Amino acid sequence: MNVTVLQFPGTNCEYDTQYAFEKLGAKVTVVWHKETLIPENTDLVVIPGGFSYGDYLRSGAIARFAPIMDSVTSFANAGGKVLGICNGFQILLEAGLLPGAMKRNDTLHFISKYSHLKIINNDNKFLEKLDVNEVVNIPVAHHDGNYFIDDEGLQELEKNDQIILKYCDENGNIESLNGSVSQIAGISNKQKNIFGLMPHPERAIESILGCDDGVKMLQGFFNK
Amino acid sequence: MKAIVNVALKKGVLDDQGKATHHALDTLGFKEVVSDVRIGKQIIMELNCDSKDAAKQEAVKMCEKLLANTVIEDYEIEIIG
Repeated sequence: MNVTVLQFPGTNCEYDTQYAFEKLGAKVTVVWHKETLIPENTDLVVIPGGFSYGDYLRSGAIARFAPIMDSVTSFANAGGKVLGICNGFQILLEAGLLPGAMKRNDTLHFISKYSHLKIINNDNKFLEKLDVNEVVNIPVAHHDGNYFIDDEGLQELEKNDQIILKYCDENGNIESLNGSVSQIAGISNKQKNIFGLMPHPERAIESILGCDDGVKMLQGFFNK
Repeated sequence: MKAIVNVALKKGVLDDQGKATHHALDTLGFKEVVSDVRIGKQIIMELNCDSKDAAKQEAVKMCEKLLANTVIEDYEIEIIG
C-alpha cells in the first residue's frame, strides 16, 4: 500500500505517521505542501497532526489553501481514501471535505492524555477491523477539538452512519472530553472514503510504549 | 481605505471563552453589570480600492473564503474611507 503523508509548515506528526504506516508494511512518501501533485500510485492520503501555520486565524484555515490541497481534493472526490488526524481533521473540516467545524475545547485547556474511544460504526475501510461498541485507548493532544455541527447536520451524520468514534470511559460509557457535539471524536464523509478524528492512532502502535490499540485502526486501510 | 472585520461565534453556538470570561467578571464584582460576554477577533486591513462599496465587496469575499468560518462564525465589516 502506498501512503502519502502531507507536510505543512508546523506539521509535527508526519514522521510518527510515516513510522506507524511503515511498521504496518506500507510504502510512505512525505509530501511538502508546496507540491501540486500527490504521487500517482497513492492509495491513502494522510493529513497528520501538528500546528500547520501556527494555527493562525483558525486551526487548519490556512493549510486548506496550500498548493497540494487541490490534488488531495481531486483524489478524494474521485473516491480516494483520505485520513485526517487531529490538525488533519481540522484541515479537512476547513476545506469542506468533512462537515462541521472545530471550536476551542470547552475546558479551554490543551488536553494531552490517553482517552478511551468507542467504535460507533465500522461499516467503513478505516474501522472494519474493530467491532461496534469496542473500546480502544488512544492518545489525544489538542486545544481545538470541540466538534460543532448544527442539529440538522448531526441528524445527517447519524442517518448516514458517519459518526465513527465517540469519547467514552474505560467501560464504554459515552462521556465528554472537550465539549464536542454528541461527544464525537471522529467522522467520515457520506461516501465513507474521507475520515477525520482528533485522537492519534499513530501514537499507539507499540505495546512497549504503553498501548498498541492504534494498530487495528490503521490496519483497516490495508484491506483490499 | 481601511476595513475593520469583526468575527465572532454565531449566536446559537456556545462561546466557551466568553462564558469563562463572563464567569470571571462575575466573581470580580461585575455580576450586576454584565449580562453577556462574547469573544471574537478583529482583523484590520488596508485595502487598495477606489470606493467604499468596492472595498466592502472585496471584504465580504475575503470573509466568506478565509477570514470567517461561516459554519460557526458571523462577521461584520466596517469600511473607513
